[in-house]
Amino acid sequence: MVMSATSRPSDQAIWAALDDVKDPEVPVVSVVEMGIIQGFEWNEAGRLVVRMTPTFTGCPAIEMMRQAIRERLAMLGVEATVEVVLDPPWTSDRIADSAREKMKQIGLAPPARHGGMIELDLIQVVRCPYCNSDDTTLENPFGPTLCRAMYYCNACQQPFEKFKAL
Amino acid sequence: MRDLTTPEVRDALVEYLYALADDELLVGHRASEWTGLAPILEADVALSSIAQDEMGHALTFYQLLEGLGEGHPDDLAFARDVGNFRNAIFSELPRGDWAFTVVRQYLHDVAERVRLEALANSTYEPLAQVARKLIVEEKYHLLHDRSWVAKLGSATEESHRRMQAALDRAFPYALGLFEPPDGEAVRLEAGIAPAEQELRDRWLEEVVPFLESATLRVPARQENGTWQVLVEPVYGGRRGRHTEYLETLLDAMQMVYRMEPGAKW
Repeated sequence: MVMSATSRPSDQAIWAALDDVKDPEVPVVSVVEMGIIQGFEWNEAGRLVVRMTPTFTGCPAIEMMRQAIRERLAMLGVEATVEVVLDPPWTSDRIADSAREKMKQIGLAPPARHGGMIELDLIQVVRCPYCNSDDTTLENPFGPTLCRAMYYCNACQQPFEKFKAL
Repeated sequence: MRDLTTPEVRDALVEYLYALADDELLVGHRASEWTGLAPILEADVALSSIAQDEMGHALTFYQLLEGLGEGHPDDLAFARDVGNFRNAIFSELPRGDWAFTVVRQYLHDVAERVRLEALANSTYEPLAQVARKLIVEEKYHLLHDRSWVAKLGSATEESHRRMQAALDRAFPYALGLFEPPDGEAVRLEAGIAPAEQELRDRWLEEVVPFLESATLRVPARQENGTWQVLVEPVYGGRRGRHTEYLETLLDAMQMVYRMEPGAKW
């Protein structure tokens, strides 16, 4: 079923619905807060075309998120197509402040804002999400998912993960 | 970009995309063979992530091919015969020991980065977009590769010996990454991709001093601003000529897909 222009939900309602869809790898954060939704338009056939951009091209959660978005929008009676786009490429600067706070609460250090100048993590100061100490060491630039690196906090002696700057 | 409509330009682009995609797929597959087996847990995690990244890159290039009418990415990866693969032989060599894995991954990743940097300006906009996206991911690979090369190059007598042996074996094959796929002149003319010779020189510019700083001997030198390589490059892969290693690899990698083509999982 396609929607006539008059019965369409507002843009605000659509954004709110998208904000219900969580990133399966950081399940406290929504796809909107992650900055992976570039926008949406109604096409001539009355379908909503949502433009989504992946954090990493090899991210296995892409298909899950596309489906979750379609299902959530279907609850508004909207038939949606989720298009994967690469331009402009996603950067971790697109992650909202609200998401950074939520990441810390689950023990995941958020990436520093870099404005396009990414220092390799090796020499970057990364704050422990548990005790806020800066005395931390990079253990591995790779982690349990493509978007994470592993660190160790020398102050509270806790290993923790960091969302990679990209 | 202009006249992608001519079959000549389209074919030159397709040939090139197969080379890119197949290199990524096979290097990713080789990296995945270390899952559960790498010498330390950290390295195991790293290689598994690198494998996943490279497969993601392969998928992205296969999707560009799909857009040009070449077929579904799964079919391109899992239903093509050995003679249709366009990867450099370098990428199909068995994983070898840890030293060979480290050396190959490093040589591959620098070559990939140099190539992507150039392709970011391709006149074929879909390829330029992909290149700009993938460059950033490569940073983390190189961080990993460089620290292992630097460490093992001079850690112990045995690690040095193994690294040197790995490099001696890998280097002529690595030069094969720069065997021009068919249609280079057409791609150059259309501004799709740079000449392989130019990429090779940029690659040498980076890998030679770094490997030397890791106390390894490299069979290449610069004379009057021109790079000379002192070994014969191993070519053939870009023309579909492969070793039995690729046949064995494809038998394993494609077996399940070919048992039930089109199966839904």
